[in-house]
Amino acid sequence: MALGVVGAALFVIPLVGLLLRTPWRDLPSLLSSDVVLDALRLSLLTSVLAAVVSLLLGVPLAWLLARVEFPGRHVVRSVVTLPMVLPPVVGGAALLFALGRRGIVGEPINDATGFLLPFSVWGVIVANTFVAMPFLVITVEGALNSIDQRYEAAATSLGASRLTVFRRVTLPMIAPSIRAGVLLAWARALGEFGATVTFAGNLQGRTQTLPLAVFVALESDRDTAVAISLLLVAVSLVVLVTMRDRWWSRS
Amino acid sequence: MKTLAVLLLASTMALSASSCAGETDAGSKVLVLAAASLSDAFTAMETEFEAANPGIDVQLNFAGSSSLREQINEGAPADVFASANEAVMADVVASGAANDAPRLFAHNVLQLAVPLGNPGGITELADLTNAELAIGLCAVGVPCGDLAREALASAGVEASVDTNEPDVRALLSKLEADELDAGIVYRSDLVGMSGKIEGVEVAALSRTGTDYPIVVLSDSPEPADAQLFVDFVLSAEGQDIMAAFGFSNP
Repeated sequence: MALGVVGAALFVIPLVGLLLRTPWRDLPSLLSSDVVLDALRLSLLTSVLAAVVSLLLGVPLAWLLARVEFPGRHVVRSVVTLPMVLPPVVGGAALLFALGRRGIVGEPINDATGFLLPFSVWGVIVANTFVAMPFLVITVEGALNSIDQRYEAAATSLGASRLTVFRRVTLPMIAPSIRAGVLLAWARALGEFGATVTFAGNLQGRTQTLPLAVFVALESDRDTAVAISLLLVAVSLVVLVTMRDRWWSRS
Repeated sequence: MKTLAVLLLASTMALSASSCAGETDAGSKVLVLAAASLSDAFTAMETEFEAANPGIDVQLNFAGSSSLREQINEGAPADVFASANEAVMADVVASGAANDAPRLFAHNVLQLAVPLGNPGGITELADLTNAELAIGLCAVGVPCGDLAREALASAGVEASVDTNEPDVRALLSKLEADELDAGIVYRSDLVGMSGKIEGVEVAALSRTGTDYPIVVLSDSPEPADAQLFVDFVLSAEGQDIMAAFGFSNP
């Protein structure tokens, strides 16, 4: 029990430290500055879109990993989960080498269309999705592996197509895990810093999300940095608490 | 985060202090906190100084000047502080962390830098207003970012900036990767990155610079040896090293 208390203290003490440093009186004016409002808008937009993209691509990927035998499946699974282990800065550099304007994929796209990911809001969404989607994939794949596959087999034997089986049998069984995966991916995207600053850069209103705004403000304006940190904590807590009550207690 | 850095720094220093506690005069250690832009020059400085002063082990810790100021103010035990900016040094002196007046030992000026081959065809400061080009600066609050904005403002150039990088190294790596067409860095960076990026000469930037002050900290456990290092930096030999890395006299 004592170890459990120490464990909890590790998370509670930094939060208390943040609260004690907070300039409460100036908080409203600090939080209503252009820099903070731009960063908040951008953070919400990019983290939600990253969670949506993760959902649209991650569920099929998880299904592929859990249900389809193909050569090199273990390698693909390892590569997919790599962003969870890699320092995000490394991920950002890898994205830059691949999708930057001199990147193996980025250069042909830029030559053909003039479209560039780095230094754009799309770059932020790609960086966020890159670090966030693995959380959804492993959550959903774990659920797919743990459910009783005889239900799917029964549906197939009764003539249902693969898509129908997935939609009518599999999906309802793994729905709680998909919700949890989306929430984890969103939370990871909201806090994303390293890959974003390396791949998408840092410009107010275009690519400066809340974590980047905190980092830059720490150099020059500590009160603003603390205020933004508090905002991040508040947004995260509100979403985690409400979602938890609505989704996890029901399942 | 900074407090964590201080703790880590303090614990490394506690370890190194205990490891040499048994030795006498033979193993003196001097911990130098130096601005990130001094990385290459001070690494060379350490080699030369240790060759001239066997028995003194110089340990270098590089970070942004303002981060180092936080570490000093939070009580990190160090011997010497070399800042990229006089304002930061003034804060440290005002907090009582230095006994003597700091001495200026180097001057660094701004430099317009472009990727190899200058893909954006940059020739003058006014090219930075071209929204078609990808332009990067250091962020506000970072010395190179504040200086660059000062120079742009006095030249009347409103740059079309695509990214404000958190430090000069991050900006340099994006220039090296050819993801940016131009950025404003330090002239000394061009020496460290020779063969990886190019410089474009712009008078308005080479007029804008920063002076580097150095001082022995009052909490220094080895003030005499720390002073030896500071004297070496200020000596003709030390100044030659600074010049070789693109710095000029203050």
